[in-house]
Amino acid sequence: MATAQIHDESEVLELDEPLPLDGGQSLSGVRIAYEAHGKLNAAKDNAILICHALTGDQYVVSNHPKTGKPGWWARMVGPGKPIDTNKFHVICANVIGSCMGSTGPASLAPDGEPWAMRFPVITIRDMVRGHVALLDSLGIEQLHAVVGGSMGGMQALSLAANFPERSRAFLVLASTARHSAQNIAFHEVGRQAIMADPEWQEGNYYHADEGRGPEKGLSVARMAAHITYLSEEGLTAKFGRRLQDREQKTFGFDADFQIESYLRYQGLSFTGRFDANSYLYITRAMDYFDLAEEHGGRLANAFCQSKARFCLVSFDSDWLYPTSDSRNVVKALNAAGLPVSFVELSAPFGHDSFLLEVPALDHVVEGFLNQ
Amino acid sequence: MNADISALRPDLAVIADNVAPGSRVLDVGCGDGTLMAALRDTKHCDARGMELVPANVGACVAKGLSVIQGDADTDLAFYPDKSVDYAILSQTLQTTMYPGMVLDELLRIGHQAFVSFPNFAHWRGRLSLLWNGRMPVTRLLPEAWHETPNIHHLSVNDFRALLKERNINVEGCWFLSGDTRCSPAAANFRAEHAIFLLSRPI
Repeated sequence: MATAQIHDESEVLELDEPLPLDGGQSLSGVRIAYEAHGKLNAAKDNAILICHALTGDQYVVSNHPKTGKPGWWARMVGPGKPIDTNKFHVICANVIGSCMGSTGPASLAPDGEPWAMRFPVITIRDMVRGHVALLDSLGIEQLHAVVGGSMGGMQALSLAANFPERSRAFLVLASTARHSAQNIAFHEVGRQAIMADPEWQEGNYYHADEGRGPEKGLSVARMAAHITYLSEEGLTAKFGRRLQDREQKTFGFDADFQIESYLRYQGLSFTGRFDANSYLYITRAMDYFDLAEEHGGRLANAFCQSKARFCLVSFDSDWLYPTSDSRNVVKALNAAGLPVSFVELSAPFGHDSFLLEVPALDHVVEGFLNQ
Repeated sequence: MNADISALRPDLAVIADNVAPGSRVLDVGCGDGTLMAALRDTKHCDARGMELVPANVGACVAKGLSVIQGDADTDLAFYPDKSVDYAILSQTLQTTMYPGMVLDELLRIGHQAFVSFPNFAHWRGRLSLLWNGRMPVTRLLPEAWHETPNIHHLSVNDFRALLKERNINVEGCWFLSGDTRCSPAAANFRAEHAIFLLSRPI
């Protein structure tokens, strides 16, 4: 665990009204943790909402309070950056169901005990309802843009479909309008790894001794998921078949290969910053996501109330949400007659490309937002 | 910064001059969006584009234009019928795999279509082929046969024959030799560029 100074700039909004959920329940006492950067102008029309991915959080710019690492999109957001905080008021909120300050399974239920698996199953649209409640409380009627990659892109699309008046533009990176069988399959592997860990205890591990909980299961879930965020090309270039700190294979089951050591590290470090039950709930929300299904089976219908501009970007090495997923959304937006741009960028990093150094992406993001 | 029609490539200037103000336009093979920007800024058109090269799409997005990365041969199918007033295909027909099908698609999506192409029967090309016995490399067609993106070479008369065969109306036609207009009569011999405005009989 990093020992960098804990520096937590995020604020927490407590909702007065219960949040209605797709599952039929409503959630009261919802807390939404968020960060904001850049000045909101007097007209309150220069705000950009950034939606984070599965294991992301509101620390888009400032250092993560648990790991001490820079914000997850510090390369993209800041003064003079493609999402320029000199021009825009940038808001990023932790989704409900997560574990970085917004209400989730680790939060306390009205009975004073952690929700654990009693927490209601939520959807992407429920997360978006949380964001909209935040905008309401901040007095922001219409955003300049909503920006999101991966699960953040799903939130952006859901917001466009369900709250069409709330933003003038939507920028969707490496995302999809529905989770495919393959996407669900990988998430199920992760969930089963967590639930097979005896320390999971049907989700009631919060009272366990310090440092326990289903760390092994969560670590395996992260390892499996991490593979889907990379590309074969990227893995080969970075690790190949190189051995880890040794000259020869050990004829054992140590992490002989660099890729094994890397994945084990990724898995282990993840358990220090993420709650296993949150991982179950958020992956479930993503698996349930099918924007067309919510709108009579026709994706174009999801956007028929919209007047916004759209821009979608995919990456040629992303096999988790491939270009065909983005094109599907583009076709629907086209059919709805909306102004939409789309580009498939070339980058070697797989799905994670949207988070990494891809200069062509910066150019598109800046160009689209500065209109 | 606003785009200006007079600064456009001559064939694009002809198209821009003849597009009705305020119309909806789809520019297929829009490049870096020069024509679209001019139509938006001078004619207040609702211009959309399609372009194959990602860097060009990026340049368009940076100009505030809505452009989809795609291929005229395969990706026009996703546009609704009669969704624009004009579909524009400038200097691209001769690079497509299925020019006839692309023409049909343009006239399905647009009420009218502008199509411009280099005339391969221009006298300079004819002379070059006659004297040298080699595929012409001219100002208009600067690449050698093995490097050119042009895979379906056509003349003005070839195009007119195709229109007749496909029952497509000519609403207007313009011919250019260098930057100057030339008459339709000797166009197949004298024109370097041809621009046609087409429609489908109702």
